Amino acid sequence: MQLLFSELTVFVLAIFVGFEVISKVPSMLHTPLMSATNAIHGIVVVGAMLVAGAAIGGAVGHAIGLAAMVLATINVVGGFAVTERMLEMFKGKPGSR
Amino acid sequence: MTLTQVILTIAYLITAILFILGLKFLSSPKSARRGNILAMVGMLIAVVATGFDTHILSWTDIVIGAVIGAPIGFISARLVKMTAMPQMVALFNGAGGGAAALVSSGEFLRLLKSASTPTWDLVLPIVLSSIIGSISFSGSLIAFAKLQELMTGRPITYVGQQVVNSVVLLGIVGLAGFLLAGNVAPAPFALLVAAALLLGILSVLPIGGADMPVVISLLNSFTGLAVAITGFALNNTVLIISGTLVGASGTFLTMAMATAMNRSVGNVLFGAFGAVKQAAGAATGAPGGGTVRSASADDVATLLAYSRSVIIAPGYGMAVAQAQHAVRELAQNLEKRGVDVKFAIHPVAGRMPGHMNVLLAEANVPYDQLKEMDEINPQFEHADVALVIGANDVTNPAARSVANSPIYGMPILDVDKAANVVVLKRSMNPGFAGIDNPLYENPKTMMLFGDAKDSVSKLAAGVAAA
Repeated sequence: MQLLFSELTVFVLAIFVGFEVISKVPSMLHTPLMSATNAIHGIVVVGAMLVAGAAIGGAVGHAIGLAAMVLATINVVGGFAVTERMLEMFKGKPGSR
Repeated sequence: MTLTQVILTIAYLITAILFILGLKFLSSPKSARRGNILAMVGMLIAVVATGFDTHILSWTDIVIGAVIGAPIGFISARLVKMTAMPQMVALFNGAGGGAAALVSSGEFLRLLKSASTPTWDLVLPIVLSSIIGSISFSGSLIAFAKLQELMTGRPITYVGQQVVNSVVLLGIVGLAGFLLAGNVAPAPFALLVAAALLLGILSVLPIGGADMPVVISLLNSFTGLAVAITGFALNNTVLIISGTLVGASGTFLTMAMATAMNRSVGNVLFGAFGAVKQAAGAATGAPGGGTVRSASADDVATLLAYSRSVIIAPGYGMAVAQAQHAVRELAQNLEKRGVDVKFAIHPVAGRMPGHMNVLLAEANVPYDQLKEMDEINPQFEHADVALVIGANDVTNPAARSVANSPIYGMPILDVDKAANVVVLKRSMNPGFAGIDNPLYENPKTMMLFGDAKDSVSKLAAGVAAA
């Protein structure tokens, strides 16, 4: 129970950090912001590794672990690749800055 | 604490810091790429560190899963057209939500196999993240299907819809309560996940295409929240922090989009916007009740070529026609003649936040030329021509004056303040929300009918020849 409450503290502080950082992003970059945060929630791949590697056993255990790994990897790799592709297109006026 | 645990904790801390810095760098287009790379490095550190976790007993499923998932993600990210970006983002988002729900299901399976009866504080995060992750998964798939036009983009409504949704929601709450009361068994859990998947489908069905910027942002925040709660289930702080950052970002965007439409998030989700069109249309009479002035591409090209300043207002129609490259060409030809060209970007133009900016960036329009609504609106009255390309509702003056219009009170681009207005449109059909646009009957307005890409190419050629 103590662990739950210390985790709750981290959670609440992260909400404030999130709002603080994100409110500075201009609307021009809202799509890359969404796609970058999309890639960041791919951190669930860490959870997928733990579940897939835990050898819970049984056909269901394997299926769940494997499916979690596939989806999480699509999320991470696709998310970062698409964000990179978008951001490399954003260019200022040539020579102006 | 063992040495491995110390190393893992420090690695996860570094990851969290890199994610936060990465998002911070996204506040300017100049540093944004560095931001994305920082986040990538953070992700890599977390994955490598997790490899040392002693809880990992078998690598088979991990490796097979990664080998299947990585090429799918990479190839679709490289091949997707920029105009299809909203549905791509929806798919990746759904994948994340699904993964979170699966990870929680795996944890549930582990609880089932443990000898002792689990306490509520172990079950609660598992139940919550399975629910939210499942809703995000199926909801994102429906959003994808709508954007990809695998199904109609119009709101799908039926009698008693709210009642059905409420019943499903109550069922979810009941099953969750049952599980939390200590009845940890496979059947109610499977039913819970099924009901949550159903709710995701049911709640996105009644939402129209024009409201997609809100829905995509909201689903983004749902996945973030699901991942954060999965972190509670696994007692993993990096999941909690990262998921929460995403949840906060998604919530911020959702509120920004709803504000830009002057509607509450609740109204977007439950209002079935666009379905009210019959009522509104019947009240104001058939579209085109007034006189509409149609012009030829040559007329418009001449008008543009001899202007001093032109403001272009793009909308979803530009994306559909893939006209962004032709638009860039037109802007360049105008600039060569010394015409001042700016782009007016409405926050909800398109199908996701910032949609128009990405498309114009793809076509190499410098980002300094793209102006946000608040900045550009005072400039319309000094502009010779406002060129509306495939945008409708975001330029509709009814939002200012017609109190019973469904979009009344929505902030719009003041294109009607320019000396001349040219509207590029496929036909006189009303826009997505199905609301008549008095702009078209304004004596200052010329309509240029046809496919946007085709029309813009003709204008570009006409301007070059003038």
